[in-house]
Amino acid sequence: MTMSNLDINTTLATKILSGFIKSELSRVGFTRAVIGLSGGIDSALSLALVAEAIGKENVLALRMPYKASSQDSLDHAQLCIDEFCVQSLTIPITEMADPLIALDPDMSKTRKGNIMARCRMIVLYDQSEAFGGLVIGTSNKTEILLGYSTIFGDSASALNPIGDLYKTQVRQLSRAMGVPDEIVDKAPSADLWADQTDESELGFTYAEVDKLFYLLIDQRYSMNECVEAGFDEAFVQAVIKRVRQNQFKRMMPPIAKVSNRTIGYDFLYLRDWGT
Amino acid sequence: MTKMKLALAQINAKLGDVDANLEKHLNLIGEATARGSDLILFPELSLTGYTLQDITPTVAHRPTADDPVFRPLLEASHEIDMVVGFVDEDERHRFYIADAYLSQGKVLHVHHKVYLPTYGLFDEGRFFAWGDSIRAFDTRFGRVGMLICEDFWHISPPYLLWLDGADILLLTSASPGRGLNNDSRLESARWVEHTNQAYANLFTSFVAHSNRVGYEDGLHFWGGSTVYDPNGELLAKAPYQEESLTFVDLDLNQLHRTRARLPLLRDERTALVERELGRILGSNDRRAHTGR
Repeated sequence: MTMSNLDINTTLATKILSGFIKSELSRVGFTRAVIGLSGGIDSALSLALVAEAIGKENVLALRMPYKASSQDSLDHAQLCIDEFCVQSLTIPITEMADPLIALDPDMSKTRKGNIMARCRMIVLYDQSEAFGGLVIGTSNKTEILLGYSTIFGDSASALNPIGDLYKTQVRQLSRAMGVPDEIVDKAPSADLWADQTDESELGFTYAEVDKLFYLLIDQRYSMNECVEAGFDEAFVQAVIKRVRQNQFKRMMPPIAKVSNRTIGYDFLYLRDWGT
Repeated sequence: MTKMKLALAQINAKLGDVDANLEKHLNLIGEATARGSDLILFPELSLTGYTLQDITPTVAHRPTADDPVFRPLLEASHEIDMVVGFVDEDERHRFYIADAYLSQGKVLHVHHKVYLPTYGLFDEGRFFAWGDSIRAFDTRFGRVGMLICEDFWHISPPYLLWLDGADILLLTSASPGRGLNNDSRLESARWVEHTNQAYANLFTSFVAHSNRVGYEDGLHFWGGSTVYDPNGELLAKAPYQEESLTFVDLDLNQLHRTRARLPLLRDERTALVERELGRILGSNDRRAHTGR
């Protein structure tokens, strides 16, 4: 199989990503940030980067358990809070989510999971205003490509330092930045219901799909070239389909053009306009 | 003049805020002057920021003494020569990515970027007009040439400047960092450094490069400005990803010593190049280049 070189220089990565956080906060007048901690590796890494960037005293980490969340998730989030010495709050979402969930006794697991993710978004953005800090994103490149997220839920943030790192690279950088081993080593899970794991739900491992993504996305291999490089054809097809089907989660909602100048088409400015 | 003290101004810029950027320029010009520098080299679009998109027409200036941005720069150029990056709007309202060389209160030369990358993360051709000339020009340090970023990713612009008499290449860029792997430098940095060193070797010339730092949305500019001498030796290198003012002394007699040893310029067969280029561009062979 063709080698996929996913190794990164973690010193350089830390410098670029922490610089990004500092720049994108300070140029819009912020010195503080809030971040939701799930107990998983992605939010742990984002926390490590934001603490490095703006100082631990300027970071508010939030634990937002639902009644079905595992104790491990809560404990691991606390490990990160202790490791990086940031301020923290625990705001359970059960009392927010349950009245809505109770309206439909037949509600699917996916709907319940989406409600939980969006409750957490509401809490984060409320604390953003209360604490005076921007919300730091925690979605990695693998999950963004796969669309393995809740739109306007866990995908919502003001800026995302880790969105161009594959899960494999998130693991490497997390170890280098001192994220506790328990968190780096455990099976990734959205923890929206008992015993959920990402890899069983997706049907493949992150290590496997990251190697494919490196060829498909970074090296611009065609589907056939990926198969020639040793990947199973059905796997390649399924991943490509998933990436295409989830393009909507990676974009602002399209605006129907009727005027001569339309936001998103010919009204083009960076967010950093004038800063 | 056989010695020249060059200052590489590796700066961040405020996107679309020319006044704030001008103030930073004047501060650094003052510092470089106080340190005895002869020339200060700012990066591409140093007065405006890089990813301008629809800001472009609102930050354009003309490099003339009655322009509010160029007036103080031209005044300062009595003390020190300088290269600044800006958006030039011509008399027919075409907008160019431009570098101006200012000296002794005068604009010695303006270069309009001739290669506008419009692929991948770049979209320059959407907002800017293509420059149409590549000219060396005379300064108090000898004959020099200026190129902007993508201009020197192509081999022909530095080659033309060399033939036009430039012994010092002044290169400017706002190069977005990309290609993070297990190396301690980005692929984009490796490529530019290899290429600039190669130009110094191939043209037995000085090659100075001033690159930007800072962020624009998710893009970051990697800095790492360099100066190579006519032997391809690295004379100075600014840090990656950080603002800096880096000073380097150029011994211009190195041109004499290197070219005495290695007469690549003397032996360059320009008439042969012209004949073959004429043949290639004149042929109707569809595999040959079309002569754009």
